[in-house]
Amino acid sequence: MTAQTGRIAVRPRGRGVGRRVAEGFLYPLGLPFLLLVVWGMASTASENRFFPGPLTIFEAFGDTWVGPAFVDDVLPSLYRLALGITASIVIGIAAGTLIGLFQWLRELLEPLLEFFRAIPPPVLIPVVMLLLGITDTMKVVVIVSGAVWPILLNTIDGVRATDSVMSETADSFRITWWERLWFLVLPAASPRIMAGVRQGLSVALILMVISEMFASSAGLGYRIAYFQRNYLIAEMWSGILLLGLVGVLLAATFGVVERRVLRWYHGIREVNRA
Amino acid sequence: MHVLSVRRPRSLRKPLLGAVGLVGFLVVWQLVPTLGLVNSQYLPYVTDVLVRLSEEFGDLAFWRRLGFTMTSWAIGLSVATFAAVVLGTVVGLVPFLRRATHTMVEFLRPIPSVALIPLAVLLFGIQMQAALVIIIYASFWQVFVQVIYGVADVDAVARDTARSFGLTRRERLAYLVLPTALPYLMTGVRLAAAVALILAVTSEMVIGNPGLGRMIELSRSAGDAVGLYALVVVTGLLGLLVNLVFRFVERRSLSWHQSVRGEEVR
Repeated sequence: MTAQTGRIAVRPRGRGVGRRVAEGFLYPLGLPFLLLVVWGMASTASENRFFPGPLTIFEAFGDTWVGPAFVDDVLPSLYRLALGITASIVIGIAAGTLIGLFQWLRELLEPLLEFFRAIPPPVLIPVVMLLLGITDTMKVVVIVSGAVWPILLNTIDGVRATDSVMSETADSFRITWWERLWFLVLPAASPRIMAGVRQGLSVALILMVISEMFASSAGLGYRIAYFQRNYLIAEMWSGILLLGLVGVLLAATFGVVERRVLRWYHGIREVNRA
Repeated sequence: MHVLSVRRPRSLRKPLLGAVGLVGFLVVWQLVPTLGLVNSQYLPYVTDVLVRLSEEFGDLAFWRRLGFTMTSWAIGLSVATFAAVVLGTVVGLVPFLRRATHTMVEFLRPIPSVALIPLAVLLFGIQMQAALVIIIYASFWQVFVQVIYGVADVDAVARDTARSFGLTRRERLAYLVLPTALPYLMTGVRLAAAVALILAVTSEMVIGNPGLGRMIELSRSAGDAVGLYALVVVTGLLGLLVNLVFRFVERRSLSWHQSVRGEEVR
Protein backbone atom coordinates (compact mmCIF):
# COMPACT_ATOMS: atom_id res chain seq x y z
CA MET A 1 0.00 0.00 0.00
CA THR A 2 2.76 2.36 0.87
CA ALA A 3 4.40 1.63 -2.40
CA GLN A 4 1.24 2.65 -4.23
CA THR A 5 0.93 6.03 -2.52
CA GLY A 6 4.60 6.69 -2.97
CA ARG A 7 4.18 6.44 -6.69
CA ILE A 8 1.82 9.42 -6.89
CA ALA A 9 4.23 12.01 -5.61
CA VAL A 10 6.98 11.70 -8.16
CA ARG A 11 10.07 13.59 -7.21
CA PRO A 12 11.62 15.42 -10.16
CA ARG A 13 14.64 13.36 -10.96
CA GLY A 14 17.99 15.06 -11.17
CA ARG A 15 19.22 14.53 -14.69
CA GLY A 16 22.62 16.11 -14.70
CA VAL A 17 25.08 15.85 -17.54
CA GLY A 18 26.99 13.09 -15.79
CA ARG A 19 23.91 11.00 -15.43
CA ARG A 20 22.91 11.44 -19.02
CA VAL A 21 26.37 10.48 -20.27
CA ALA A 22 26.33 7.46 -18.01
CA GLU A 23 22.97 6.40 -19.37
CA GLY A 24 24.04 7.01 -22.96
CA PHE A 25 27.06 4.77 -22.58
CA LEU A 26 26.17 2.32 -19.88
CA TYR A 27 22.92 1.08 -21.35
CA PRO A 28 24.17 0.28 -24.84
CA LEU A 29 27.67 -0.81 -23.94
CA GLY A 30 27.37 -2.19 -20.41
CA LEU A 31 26.05 -5.65 -21.16
CA PRO A 32 28.31 -6.38 -24.17
CA PHE A 33 31.32 -5.28 -22.12
CA LEU A 34 30.26 -7.41 -19.18
CA LEU A 35 29.77 -10.44 -21.41
CA LEU A 36 33.16 -9.97 -23.03
CA VAL A 37 34.82 -9.85 -19.62
CA VAL A 38 32.98 -12.97 -18.47
CA TRP A 39 33.89 -14.73 -21.70
CA GLY A 40 37.53 -13.74 -21.34
CA MET A 41 37.71 -15.02 -17.80
CA ALA A 42 35.86 -18.23 -18.63
CA SER A 43 38.11 -19.02 -21.59
CA THR A 44 41.25 -18.37 -19.54
CA ALA A 45 40.01 -20.65 -16.80
CA SER A 46 38.77 -23.48 -18.99
CA GLU A 47 40.74 -25.93 -21.06
CA ASN A 48 38.26 -26.01 -23.94
CA ARG A 49 40.18 -24.91 -26.97
CA PHE A 50 37.09 -24.31 -29.08
CA PHE A 51 36.35 -21.11 -27.16
CA PRO A 52 39.37 -18.80 -27.25
CA GLY A 53 39.13 -15.53 -25.36
CA PRO A 54 37.99 -12.32 -27.02
CA LEU A 55 41.53 -10.90 -27.05
CA THR A 56 42.83 -13.90 -29.00
CA ILE A 57 39.96 -13.53 -31.44
CA PHE A 58 40.55 -9.82 -31.94
CA GLU A 59 44.21 -10.50 -32.55
CA ALA A 60 43.35 -13.22 -35.08
CA PHE A 61 40.88 -10.84 -36.66
CA GLY A 62 43.62 -8.32 -37.39
CA ASP A 63 46.06 -10.97 -38.61
CA THR A 64 43.53 -12.74 -40.80
CA TRP A 65 41.41 -10.13 -42.43
CA VAL A 66 43.55 -7.01 -42.62
CA GLY A 67 45.74 -7.29 -45.68
CA PRO A 68 45.49 -9.38 -48.84
CA ALA A 69 42.70 -11.57 -47.47
CA PHE A 70 40.45 -8.53 -47.49
CA VAL A 71 40.98 -8.03 -51.20
CA ASP A 72 40.95 -11.74 -52.08
CA ASP A 73 38.13 -13.04 -49.93
CA VAL A 74 36.05 -10.28 -48.42
CA LEU A 75 35.66 -7.85 -51.29
CA PRO A 76 34.58 -10.41 -53.92
CA SER A 77 32.02 -11.81 -51.48
CA LEU A 78 30.63 -8.38 -50.73
CA TYR A 79 30.62 -7.54 -54.44
CA ARG A 80 28.57 -10.64 -55.25
CA LEU A 81 26.29 -9.89 -52.33
CA ALA A 82 25.71 -6.32 -53.52
CA LEU A 83 25.13 -7.47 -57.08
CA GLY A 84 22.69 -10.15 -55.96
CA ILE A 85 20.77 -7.79 -53.70
CA THR A 86 20.52 -5.10 -56.36
CA ALA A 87 19.31 -7.58 -58.96
CA SER A 88 16.77 -9.04 -56.53
CA ILE A 89 15.39 -5.62 -55.68
CA VAL A 90 15.14 -4.52 -59.31
CA ILE A 91 13.62 -7.78 -60.53
CA GLY A 92 11.37 -8.12 -57.49
CA ILE A 93 9.92 -4.63 -57.71
CA ALA A 94 9.57 -4.61 -61.50
CA ALA A 95 7.93 -8.02 -61.75
CA GLY A 96 5.93 -7.46 -58.57
CA THR A 97 4.48 -4.18 -59.83
CA LEU A 98 3.53 -5.75 -63.13
CA ILE A 99 1.91 -8.78 -61.50
CA GLY A 100 0.23 -6.66 -58.85
CA LEU A 101 -1.35 -4.32 -61.40
CA PHE A 102 -3.09 -7.03 -63.44
CA GLN A 103 -5.49 -9.19 -61.55
CA TRP A 104 -5.55 -12.02 -64.09
CA LEU A 105 -1.76 -12.22 -64.04
CA ARG A 106 -1.80 -12.33 -60.28
CA GLU A 107 -4.34 -15.12 -60.17
CA LEU A 108 -2.46 -16.99 -62.86
CA LEU A 109 0.86 -16.92 -61.05
CA GLU A 110 -0.11 -16.95 -57.38
CA PRO A 111 0.12 -20.70 -56.65
CA LEU A 112 3.41 -20.91 -58.53
CA LEU A 113 4.94 -18.00 -56.66
CA GLU A 114 3.78 -19.35 -53.31
CA PHE A 115 5.47 -22.63 -54.16
CA PHE A 116 8.73 -21.00 -55.19
CA ARG A 117 8.78 -18.92 -52.06
CA ALA A 118 8.26 -22.02 -49.94
CA ILE A 119 11.34 -23.78 -51.34
CA PRO A 120 14.16 -23.38 -48.81
CA PRO A 121 16.52 -21.13 -50.82
CA PRO A 122 19.78 -23.03 -50.17
CA VAL A 123 18.23 -26.06 -51.88
CA LEU A 124 18.46 -24.10 -55.11
CA ILE A 125 22.26 -23.96 -54.89
CA PRO A 126 22.76 -27.48 -56.34
CA VAL A 127 20.18 -26.75 -59.03
CA VAL A 128 21.81 -23.51 -60.11
CA MET A 129 25.20 -25.22 -59.93
CA LEU A 130 23.92 -27.88 -62.29
CA LEU A 131 22.58 -25.31 -64.72
CA LEU A 132 25.39 -22.78 -64.68
CA GLY A 133 28.44 -24.62 -63.41
CA ILE A 134 30.62 -23.30 -60.61
CA THR A 135 31.09 -19.68 -61.57
CA ASP A 136 30.67 -16.25 -60.07
CA THR A 137 27.48 -15.81 -62.07
CA MET A 138 26.13 -18.92 -60.40
CA LYS A 139 26.69 -17.42 -56.94
CA VAL A 140 24.94 -14.21 -57.86
CA VAL A 141 22.07 -16.16 -59.43
CA VAL A 142 21.82 -18.25 -56.26
CA ILE A 143 21.50 -15.09 -54.17
CA VAL A 144 18.85 -13.68 -56.51
CA SER A 145 16.94 -16.97 -56.68
CA GLY A 146 16.46 -16.86 -52.92
CA ALA A 147 16.22 -13.16 -52.12
CA VAL A 148 13.83 -12.17 -54.89
CA TRP A 149 10.73 -13.95 -53.54
CA PRO A 150 10.00 -11.95 -50.41
CA ILE A 151 10.52 -8.72 -52.36
CA LEU A 152 8.37 -9.90 -55.26
CA LEU A 153 5.49 -11.14 -53.14
CA ASN A 154 5.48 -8.12 -50.86
CA THR A 155 5.50 -5.80 -53.86
CA ILE A 156 2.49 -7.63 -55.29
CA ASP A 157 0.67 -7.27 -51.98
CA GLY A 158 1.61 -3.63 -51.65
CA VAL A 159 0.58 -2.71 -55.19
CA ARG A 160 -2.70 -4.52 -54.77
CA ALA A 161 -3.47 -2.76 -51.52
CA THR A 162 -3.27 0.74 -53.01
CA ASP A 163 -5.90 2.91 -51.36
CA SER A 164 -9.01 2.83 -53.53
CA VAL A 165 -9.94 6.48 -52.92
CA MET A 166 -6.51 7.53 -54.07
CA SER A 167 -6.58 5.43 -57.21
CA GLU A 168 -10.05 6.72 -58.07
CA THR A 169 -8.81 10.25 -57.54
CA ALA A 170 -5.90 9.49 -59.83
CA ASP A 171 -8.34 8.16 -62.41
CA SER A 172 -10.51 11.25 -62.33
CA PHE A 173 -7.49 13.53 -62.67
CA ARG A 174 -6.52 11.51 -65.73
CA ILE A 175 -2.97 11.05 -64.66
CA THR A 176 -0.89 9.17 -67.21
CA TRP A 177 0.04 5.57 -66.60
CA TRP A 178 3.67 6.35 -65.80
CA GLU A 179 2.80 9.21 -63.46
CA ARG A 180 0.34 7.00 -61.73
CA LEU A 181 2.95 4.30 -61.29
CA TRP A 182 5.59 6.69 -60.01
CA PHE A 183 3.49 8.95 -57.80
CA LEU A 184 0.77 6.65 -56.56
CA VAL A 185 1.37 2.93 -56.89
CA LEU A 186 5.03 2.67 -55.93
CA PRO A 187 4.87 5.06 -52.96
CA ALA A 188 1.74 3.34 -51.71
CA ALA A 189 3.45 -0.02 -51.93
CA SER A 190 6.78 1.14 -50.51
CA PRO A 191 6.20 0.17 -46.86
CA ARG A 192 5.46 -3.37 -47.95
CA ILE A 193 8.32 -3.36 -50.43
CA MET A 194 10.75 -2.28 -47.73
CA ALA A 195 9.54 -5.06 -45.44
CA GLY A 196 10.19 -7.49 -48.28
CA VAL A 197 13.65 -6.07 -48.90
CA ARG A 198 14.48 -6.49 -45.24
CA GLN A 199 13.63 -10.19 -45.44
CA GLY A 200 15.47 -10.49 -48.72
CA LEU A 201 18.66 -9.04 -47.25
CA SER A 202 19.03 -11.71 -44.60
CA VAL A 203 18.30 -14.46 -47.12
CA ALA A 204 20.90 -12.98 -49.47
CA LEU A 205 23.56 -12.98 -46.77
CA ILE A 206 22.83 -16.59 -45.86
CA LEU A 207 23.04 -17.62 -49.50
CA MET A 208 26.28 -15.75 -50.02
CA VAL A 209 27.88 -17.71 -47.18
CA ILE A 210 26.45 -21.10 -48.13
CA SER A 211 27.14 -20.83 -51.84
CA GLU A 212 30.76 -20.16 -50.95
CA MET A 213 30.92 -22.99 -48.45
CA PHE A 214 29.62 -25.27 -51.17
CA ALA A 215 31.40 -24.33 -54.32
CA SER A 216 34.25 -21.95 -54.05
CA SER A 217 37.93 -21.61 -53.40
CA ALA A 218 37.70 -18.05 -52.15
CA GLY A 219 35.28 -15.85 -50.29
CA LEU A 220 34.18 -15.42 -46.72
CA GLY A 221 32.12 -18.60 -46.46
CA TYR A 222 34.88 -20.72 -47.96
CA ARG A 223 37.48 -19.17 -45.68
CA ILE A 224 35.51 -19.86 -42.50
CA ALA A 225 34.85 -23.47 -43.49
CA TYR A 226 38.54 -23.83 -44.35
CA PHE A 227 39.61 -22.55 -40.92
CA GLN A 228 37.24 -24.97 -39.24
CA ARG A 229 38.51 -27.97 -41.19
CA ASN A 230 42.07 -27.08 -40.28
CA TYR A 231 41.28 -26.43 -36.63
CA LEU A 232 42.32 -22.79 -36.82
CA ILE A 233 39.88 -21.97 -34.07
CA ALA A 234 40.67 -18.32 -33.38
CA GLU A 235 40.68 -17.55 -37.11
CA MET A 236 37.34 -19.29 -37.49
CA TRP A 237 35.89 -17.19 -34.70
CA SER A 238 37.26 -14.05 -36.31
CA GLY A 239 35.45 -15.06 -39.49
CA ILE A 240 32.19 -15.48 -37.61
CA LEU A 241 32.80 -12.06 -36.09
CA LEU A 242 33.38 -10.57 -39.54
CA LEU A 243 30.19 -12.12 -40.89
CA GLY A 244 28.36 -10.71 -37.89
CA LEU A 245 29.78 -7.28 -38.66
CA VAL A 246 28.66 -7.57 -42.29
CA GLY A 247 25.18 -8.50 -41.07
CA VAL A 248 25.04 -5.59 -38.65
CA LEU A 249 26.31 -3.14 -41.26
CA LEU A 250 23.78 -4.40 -43.77
CA ALA A 251 20.97 -4.02 -41.25
CA ALA A 252 22.17 -0.54 -40.27
CA THR A 253 22.43 0.60 -43.89
CA PHE A 254 18.99 -0.74 -44.56
CA GLY A 255 17.67 1.11 -41.50
CA VAL A 256 19.02 4.43 -42.81
CA VAL A 257 17.64 3.87 -46.31
CA GLU A 258 14.30 2.74 -44.96
CA ARG A 259 13.94 5.80 -42.78
CA ARG A 260 14.64 8.04 -45.76
CA VAL A 261 12.34 6.23 -48.16
CA LEU A 262 9.51 5.84 -45.67
CA ARG A 263 9.87 9.18 -43.92
CA TRP A 264 6.39 10.25 -45.00
CA TYR A 265 4.94 6.93 -43.88
CA HIS A 266 6.38 7.03 -40.38
CA GLY A 267 5.24 10.65 -40.19
CA ILE A 268 1.65 9.67 -41.01
CA ARG A 269 1.68 6.87 -38.49
CA GLU A 270 2.97 9.16 -35.78
CA VAL A 271 0.24 11.70 -36.52
CA ASN A 272 -2.38 8.96 -36.44
CA ARG A 273 -1.12 7.68 -33.13
CA ALA A 274 -1.05 11.09 -31.47
CA MET B 1 -17.79 0.17 -46.23
CA HIS B 2 -16.39 -3.26 -45.54
CA VAL B 3 -19.12 -4.00 -43.07
CA LEU B 4 -21.77 -3.53 -45.73
CA SER B 5 -20.24 -5.75 -48.37
CA VAL B 6 -21.81 -9.17 -48.29
CA ARG B 7 -19.64 -12.22 -48.69
CA ARG B 8 -19.74 -13.12 -52.34
CA PRO B 9 -19.94 -16.72 -53.48
CA ARG B 10 -16.44 -17.82 -54.36
CA SER B 11 -15.92 -17.63 -58.07
CA LEU B 12 -14.20 -20.44 -59.86
CA ARG B 13 -12.03 -18.01 -61.78
CA LYS B 14 -9.24 -17.77 -59.27
CA PRO B 15 -8.49 -21.44 -58.66
CA LEU B 16 -8.96 -22.11 -62.36
CA LEU B 17 -6.45 -19.47 -63.41
CA GLY B 18 -4.06 -20.72 -60.74
CA ALA B 19 -4.32 -24.26 -62.10
CA VAL B 20 -3.72 -22.96 -65.61
CA GLY B 21 -0.60 -21.20 -64.38
CA LEU B 22 0.66 -24.35 -62.70
CA VAL B 23 0.02 -26.52 -65.75
CA GLY B 24 1.58 -23.88 -67.99
CA PHE B 25 4.72 -23.94 -65.88
CA LEU B 26 4.94 -27.72 -66.07
CA VAL B 27 4.46 -27.64 -69.85
CA VAL B 28 7.20 -25.04 -70.27
CA TRP B 29 9.49 -27.12 -68.05
CA GLN B 30 8.79 -30.15 -70.25
CA LEU B 31 9.34 -28.20 -73.46
CA VAL B 32 12.68 -26.65 -72.52
CA PRO B 33 14.65 -29.91 -72.49
CA THR B 34 12.51 -31.39 -75.28
CA LEU B 35 13.41 -28.56 -77.63
CA GLY B 36 17.02 -28.86 -76.55
CA LEU B 37 17.23 -25.37 -75.05
CA VAL B 38 18.88 -26.90 -72.01
CA ASN B 39 20.47 -30.33 -71.96
CA SER B 40 18.18 -32.80 -70.20
CA GLN B 41 21.17 -33.83 -68.09
CA TYR B 42 20.93 -30.47 -66.37
CA LEU B 43 17.21 -29.85 -66.59
CA PRO B 44 15.47 -33.24 -66.67
CA TYR B 45 12.03 -33.77 -68.17
CA VAL B 46 9.23 -32.90 -65.80
CA THR B 47 7.63 -36.27 -66.47
CA ASP B 48 10.76 -38.05 -65.24
CA VAL B 49 10.82 -35.92 -62.12
CA LEU B 50 7.16 -36.59 -61.38
CA VAL B 51 7.67 -40.33 -61.84
CA ARG B 52 10.64 -40.22 -59.48
CA LEU B 53 8.57 -38.23 -57.02
CA SER B 54 5.88 -40.90 -56.93
CA GLU B 55 8.56 -43.58 -56.51
CA GLU B 56 10.01 -41.68 -53.57
CA PHE B 57 6.61 -41.47 -51.92
CA GLY B 58 6.45 -45.27 -51.95
CA ASP B 59 9.96 -45.63 -50.55
CA LEU B 60 10.42 -46.17 -46.84
CA ALA B 61 13.95 -44.72 -46.87
CA PHE B 62 12.54 -41.46 -48.21
CA TRP B 63 10.06 -41.20 -45.34
CA ARG B 64 12.81 -41.96 -42.85
CA ARG B 65 14.89 -39.08 -44.24
CA LEU B 66 11.87 -36.83 -44.12
CA GLY B 67 11.42 -37.94 -40.52
CA PHE B 68 14.99 -36.94 -39.64
CA THR B 69 14.54 -33.52 -41.16
CA MET B 70 11.19 -32.90 -39.50
CA THR B 71 12.45 -34.16 -36.14
CA SER B 72 15.28 -31.66 -36.01
CA TRP B 73 12.87 -29.01 -37.31
CA ALA B 74 10.33 -29.74 -34.56
CA ILE B 75 12.86 -29.95 -31.72
CA GLY B 76 14.64 -26.81 -32.86
CA LEU B 77 11.44 -24.85 -33.29
CA SER B 78 10.02 -25.85 -29.90
CA VAL B 79 13.21 -25.14 -27.97
CA ALA B 80 13.64 -21.79 -29.71
CA THR B 81 10.01 -20.80 -29.15
CA PHE B 82 10.05 -21.77 -25.50
CA ALA B 83 13.30 -19.94 -24.78
CA ALA B 84 12.20 -16.90 -26.75
CA VAL B 85 8.83 -16.65 -25.01
CA VAL B 86 10.35 -16.89 -21.53
CA LEU B 87 13.25 -14.53 -22.18
CA GLY B 88 11.19 -12.20 -24.36
CA THR B 89 8.49 -11.82 -21.71
CA VAL B 90 11.00 -11.08 -18.97
CA VAL B 91 13.01 -8.65 -21.07
CA GLY B 92 9.91 -7.03 -22.53
CA LEU B 93 8.28 -6.43 -19.16
CA VAL B 94 11.31 -4.93 -17.44
CA PRO B 95 12.30 -1.61 -19.03
CA PHE B 96 15.76 -1.76 -17.50
CA LEU B 97 16.51 -5.09 -19.14
CA ARG B 98 15.05 -3.94 -22.43
CA ARG B 99 17.38 -0.96 -22.58
CA ALA B 100 20.38 -2.92 -21.38
CA THR B 101 19.99 -5.74 -23.89
CA HIS B 102 19.08 -3.59 -26.88
CA THR B 103 22.55 -3.28 -28.45
CA MET B 104 23.33 -6.90 -27.72
CA VAL B 105 20.18 -8.02 -29.54
CA GLU B 106 20.78 -5.66 -32.45
CA PHE B 107 24.27 -7.07 -32.87
CA LEU B 108 23.49 -10.76 -32.42
CA ARG B 109 20.33 -10.86 -34.48
CA PRO B 110 21.74 -10.00 -37.91
CA ILE B 111 24.58 -12.54 -37.59
CA PRO B 112 23.70 -15.05 -40.28
CA SER B 113 23.09 -18.34 -38.49
CA VAL B 114 24.99 -20.24 -41.16
CA ALA B 115 28.13 -18.48 -39.98
CA LEU B 116 27.86 -20.66 -36.88
CA ILE B 117 27.90 -23.91 -38.87
CA PRO B 118 31.69 -24.40 -38.52
CA LEU B 119 31.44 -23.85 -34.78
CA ALA B 120 28.54 -26.26 -34.48
CA VAL B 121 30.46 -28.90 -36.41
CA LEU B 122 33.47 -28.49 -34.13
CA LEU B 123 31.34 -28.82 -31.03
CA PHE B 124 29.06 -31.67 -32.03
CA GLY B 125 30.45 -33.26 -35.17
CA ILE B 126 28.16 -34.59 -37.87
CA GLN B 127 25.12 -35.02 -35.68
CA MET B 128 21.69 -33.64 -35.20
CA GLN B 129 22.87 -31.46 -32.30
CA ALA B 130 25.04 -29.46 -34.66
CA ALA B 131 22.02 -28.79 -36.86
CA LEU B 132 19.95 -27.92 -33.81
CA VAL B 133 22.39 -25.18 -32.78
CA ILE B 134 21.86 -23.50 -36.15
CA ILE B 135 18.10 -24.00 -36.21
CA ILE B 136 17.58 -22.74 -32.68
CA TYR B 137 19.82 -19.73 -33.13
CA ALA B 138 18.03 -18.62 -36.28
CA SER B 139 14.46 -19.19 -35.16
CA PHE B 140 15.00 -17.85 -31.64
CA TRP B 141 15.39 -14.26 -32.83
CA GLN B 142 12.25 -14.36 -34.95
CA VAL B 143 10.11 -15.18 -31.92
CA PHE B 144 12.11 -13.21 -29.37
CA VAL B 145 11.83 -9.88 -31.16
CA GLN B 146 8.11 -10.33 -31.77
CA VAL B 147 7.48 -11.25 -28.12
CA ILE B 148 9.35 -8.16 -26.92
CA TYR B 149 7.28 -5.94 -29.22
CA GLY B 150 4.09 -7.69 -28.22
CA VAL B 151 4.67 -7.52 -24.49
CA ALA B 152 5.59 -3.85 -24.73
CA ASP B 153 2.48 -3.11 -26.79
CA VAL B 154 0.07 -3.41 -23.83
CA ASP B 155 -2.42 -0.55 -23.95
CA ALA B 156 -1.63 2.04 -21.28
CA VAL B 157 -5.28 2.56 -20.31
CA ALA B 158 -5.85 -1.19 -20.02
CA ARG B 159 -2.75 -1.53 -17.88
CA ASP B 160 -3.80 1.24 -15.53
CA THR B 161 -7.31 -0.18 -15.34
CA ALA B 162 -5.94 -3.58 -14.45
CA ARG B 163 -3.80 -2.05 -11.79
CA SER B 164 -6.61 -0.05 -10.21
CA PHE B 165 -8.80 -3.15 -10.21
CA GLY B 166 -6.06 -4.74 -8.18
CA LEU B 167 -5.22 -7.60 -10.55
CA THR B 168 -2.35 -9.68 -9.30
CA ARG B 169 0.79 -10.11 -11.34
CA ARG B 170 -0.31 -13.53 -12.55
CA GLU B 171 -3.74 -12.24 -13.55
CA ARG B 172 -2.20 -9.34 -15.39
CA LEU B 173 0.01 -11.75 -17.31
CA ALA B 174 -2.91 -14.00 -18.21
CA TYR B 175 -5.57 -11.43 -19.05
CA LEU B 176 -3.57 -8.45 -20.22
CA VAL B 177 -0.11 -9.32 -21.48
CA LEU B 178 -0.92 -12.65 -23.09
CA PRO B 179 -3.83 -11.46 -25.25
CA THR B 180 -1.84 -8.43 -26.36
CA ALA B 181 1.26 -10.38 -27.20
CA LEU B 182 -0.44 -13.38 -28.77
CA PRO B 183 -0.80 -11.98 -32.30
CA TYR B 184 2.86 -10.97 -32.27
CA LEU B 185 3.84 -14.36 -30.90
CA MET B 186 1.90 -16.18 -33.60
CA THR B 187 3.54 -14.11 -36.33
CA GLY B 188 6.92 -14.83 -34.79
CA VAL B 189 6.27 -18.55 -34.57
CA ARG B 190 5.04 -18.70 -38.16
CA LEU B 191 8.17 -16.93 -39.40
CA ALA B 192 10.33 -19.11 -37.15
CA ALA B 193 8.74 -22.28 -38.51
CA ALA B 194 9.71 -21.32 -42.06
CA VAL B 195 13.21 -20.29 -41.00
CA ALA B 196 13.67 -23.49 -38.98
CA LEU B 197 12.75 -25.59 -42.00
CA ILE B 198 15.19 -23.69 -44.22
CA LEU B 199 17.99 -24.24 -41.75
CA ALA B 200 17.09 -27.85 -41.04
CA VAL B 201 17.54 -28.65 -44.73
CA THR B 202 20.53 -26.34 -45.13
CA SER B 203 22.46 -27.75 -42.21
CA GLU B 204 21.90 -31.25 -43.55
CA MET B 205 23.32 -30.13 -46.86
CA VAL B 206 26.38 -28.48 -45.36
CA ILE B 207 27.03 -30.48 -42.19
CA GLY B 208 25.92 -33.84 -43.60
CA ASN B 209 23.69 -35.16 -40.83
CA PRO B 210 21.10 -37.53 -42.27
CA GLY B 211 17.94 -36.10 -43.79
CA LEU B 212 16.51 -34.62 -46.98
CA GLY B 213 19.27 -32.02 -47.24
CA ARG B 214 22.01 -34.63 -47.26
CA MET B 215 20.12 -36.59 -49.90
CA ILE B 216 20.00 -33.46 -52.07
CA GLU B 217 23.74 -33.02 -51.71
CA LEU B 218 24.32 -36.72 -52.46
CA SER B 219 22.15 -36.59 -55.60
CA ARG B 220 24.08 -33.56 -56.76
CA SER B 221 27.48 -35.13 -56.31
CA ALA B 222 26.22 -38.36 -57.90
CA GLY B 223 24.97 -36.40 -60.91
CA ASP B 224 21.43 -37.67 -60.34
CA ALA B 225 19.60 -34.64 -61.73
CA VAL B 226 16.18 -36.29 -61.68
CA GLY B 227 16.49 -37.18 -58.01
CA LEU B 228 17.80 -33.72 -57.20
CA TYR B 229 14.86 -31.95 -58.82
CA ALA B 230 12.41 -34.35 -57.22
CA LEU B 231 13.84 -33.58 -53.78
CA VAL B 232 13.76 -29.84 -54.43
CA VAL B 233 10.07 -30.19 -55.26
CA VAL B 234 9.61 -32.15 -52.03
CA THR B 235 11.21 -29.41 -49.93
CA GLY B 236 9.01 -26.85 -51.66
CA LEU B 237 5.90 -28.86 -50.86
CA LEU B 238 7.12 -29.24 -47.29
CA GLY B 239 7.62 -25.49 -46.98
CA LEU B 240 4.16 -24.90 -48.40
CA LEU B 241 2.65 -27.35 -45.91
CA VAL B 242 4.41 -25.74 -42.94
CA ASN B 243 3.19 -22.32 -44.08
CA LEU B 244 -0.39 -23.48 -44.49
CA VAL B 245 -0.50 -25.28 -41.15
CA PHE B 246 0.88 -22.34 -39.24
CA ARG B 247 -1.36 -19.86 -41.00
CA PHE B 248 -4.30 -22.06 -40.06
CA VAL B 249 -3.19 -22.28 -36.43
CA GLU B 250 -2.70 -18.53 -36.36
CA ARG B 251 -6.21 -17.90 -37.66
CA ARG B 252 -7.77 -20.32 -35.24
CA SER B 253 -5.98 -19.05 -32.16
CA LEU B 254 -6.61 -15.43 -33.09
CA SER B 255 -10.20 -15.80 -34.24
CA TRP B 256 -11.21 -13.28 -31.56
CA HIS B 257 -8.68 -10.72 -32.75
CA GLN B 258 -9.53 -7.70 -34.87
CA SER B 259 -7.02 -8.49 -37.58
CA VAL B 260 -8.66 -11.86 -38.28
CA ARG B 261 -12.26 -10.80 -37.72
CA GLY B 262 -11.78 -7.83 -40.05
CA GLU B 263 -10.62 -10.16 -42.81
CA GLU B 264 -13.52 -12.53 -42.36
CA VAL B 265 -16.10 -9.82 -42.89
CA ARG B 266 -14.63 -8.77 -46.18
